[in-house]
Amino acid sequence: MHSLLASMLPGPFAAACLPAGGGGGPVDDGPVAAAIKHAANWLTEPTRYSVASILALIAVLYFRRFFSKVWVVTVFFALSTAFFVFAFQDPNFNAIITKPDNVPIIILFATVVFFSWLSLRRAVINDERTKRGEPTLEGELAKQKVFTWPDLVYSELICLVLFTAAMLVWSILITAPIEEPAATARTPNPSKAPWYFLGLQELLVYFDPWIAGVLLPSFIIVGLCAIPYIDTNPKGNGYYTFDERPFAISFFWVGFLLFWVSFVILGTFLRGPNWSFFGPFEYWDLHKLEPMVNVDLSTWVWVDILGKPRPDNPFVREAPGIVLVIGYFLVLPPLLGKTVMRKMVADMGMIRFNVFMHLFLWFVLIPIKMGLRWTVNLKYFIGMPEYFFNV
Amino acid sequence: MQKLLKYVRESQIWKSVFRHGYPDTPRNRTLAVLSNVFLHLHPVKVRRSGIRLSYTWCMGGLTFFLFLILTLTGLLLMFYYRPTADRAYEDIFALREHVPIGVMREMHRWGAHLMVISVWLHMYRVFLTGSYKPPREFNWNVGVILLVLTLLLSFTGYLLPWDQLAVWAITVGTNMARATPLLGHEGPLASALSFGGIDFIHAGDDVRFGLLAGRFVGEGALLRFYVLHCVGFPLIAATLMAVHFWRVRKDGGISGPL
Ligand code: HEM
Repeated sequence: MHSLLASMLPGPFAAACLPAGGGGGPVDDGPVAAAIKHAANWLTEPTRYSVASILALIAVLYFRRFFSKVWVVTVFFALSTAFFVFAFQDPNFNAIITKPDNVPIIILFATVVFFSWLSLRRAVINDERTKRGEPTLEGELAKQKVFTWPDLVYSELICLVLFTAAMLVWSILITAPIEEPAATARTPNPSKAPWYFLGLQELLVYFDPWIAGVLLPSFIIVGLCAIPYIDTNPKGNGYYTFDERPFAISFFWVGFLLFWVSFVILGTFLRGPNWSFFGPFEYWDLHKLEPMVNVDLSTWVWVDILGKPRPDNPFVREAPGIVLVIGYFLVLPPLLGKTVMRKMVADMGMIRFNVFMHLFLWFVLIPIKMGLRWTVNLKYFIGMPEYFFNV
Repeated sequence: MQKLLKYVRESQIWKSVFRHGYPDTPRNRTLAVLSNVFLHLHPVKVRRSGIRLSYTWCMGGLTFFLFLILTLTGLLLMFYYRPTADRAYEDIFALREHVPIGVMREMHRWGAHLMVISVWLHMYRVFLTGSYKPPREFNWNVGVILLVLTLLLSFTGYLLPWDQLAVWAITVGTNMARATPLLGHEGPLASALSFGGIDFIHAGDDVRFGLLAGRFVGEGALLRFYVLHCVGFPLIAATLMAVHFWRVRKDGGISGPL
């Protein structure tokens, strides 16, 4: 990785020196290269990107016995590396990927894939052992106790030395960038939040700031804090497993891998000026316009279905959305609790169930809204700009 | 040579520091951990399963180590940096010009990026091994606060170079606060706090104003972020880390099946 990056070092500077409108322009590709690039641009369009990653996630979890094999992950990393080497030749791709501040995102991608694979592998092995009545990998070792000095202290020391060396090499190879001095009058385009918040910035496409920027982050923190109190399943404490807690693991995979890590990657590499979408091999054209054809639920109900103008009173106008949202958050939990989820209520108790359901419904609202935006161009369920209250 | 070593080992100075011989016997190994305030965060003996890299991924330890690197390099950077609107950018820029193979700024920046990644991965590992389950519920919560603090540390540091990237990223980030229900001037219900035509929440007194000490990211925000970044958040984080490590021990060491 490092040597690869080192050879790319002039990348950011080279990119900065390209003529205006540069980086882009017609790139002379052979037919195969052009086809690969075209396919990559096509596949990474946000709708396809999200649907494809959901499908991939389900497939990996369902066929976990296959995906946890060593050769599978090796092939995956080999193909990724080959793709990167190929893609580096492309000026548009190169310009974005070799920005020094984007190196950590590549590290994020590689480590998250690797550790997800590792945990899945150990879960598969442990589940098979449990089925045969043998102790888990961790269970076998847990009986032995070793002295902190030297067994633990030495491995800590070795980690520390190797890690410091790696940090030093990285720091010598890649200089920390500094841009133009701050100018409050000149807004750069795109203006991006720090990379670790790009998942939330991506959600701004679908929700207003008070939801994407205030409510959802708060719910993430509250939800994380609530996890140990909501999850009453006593199994799977202290070892990797999938079969003993399938819902918990799948839920965290979807939340962390899909809605957090993969959106950070999307926001970093595929969102350009005006937060428009750009494929990895596309030039970041300032003038790319995406048509805005989104409609509110109220327009749809009053104008399209009832054939009347929208009422003036915002509360009457938005009544359909208000009913829908109240139904979603207030009627759905008791309804589900009395019917399909009766067993859950019995296991968890009323309070746990309600806290869980409300957090869960907020979480599910995200893919619901995204899906409705992609399919029927829904803008808001409730659109009351008068009160800055848009859902 | 042997004699000299023996002499040193038996001197009053040496003995006043080390209360035990070289840790190669069970007794001395126990003492090595017990008599050292830092090692003492560890128990004397640990389960073999808990110290496997394939189990912990070493991500908690790495996060802590990054925190130490960042404290050290950050301290050095503070010698060269003045948090004012007309100095900040120049000072950072000067680092590159005047310090030939300086790596402090690089170590600090790449380390900060990495710490965010390692703390996520640590949380991921703790979740996947179910280590938040009883008796470790409380420590998971301490962890969540540490996660938030890590992000806040990184976010406040992001502003300090005072270049275009810094100022606009913080602008985008803090713009969200405008939309806080009730307390942001573009948030839902803010207009409910308006009496007799007088708005109680406006751009000059809402939460965003409080964060930035102004209506936009300016000198007030720079000073505020600087103080929080260099003093406020590190102190809170260090304290909570002590609690976190202590609780790992008190909750029975690194989790394992029993
Ligand atoms: C600044 C941030 C943090 C530091 C320095 C830190 C450090 C550590 C260390 C060194 C351990 C020992 C085991 C290991 O390395 O995995 C540990 C364990 C633990 N951490 Fe953290 N941690 C941090 C953040 C978090 C977060 C964000 C969470 C969860 C939300 C968390 C929850 C836990 C729990 C529950 C344990 C006990 C795990 C077990 O017994 O297996 N920590 N932490």
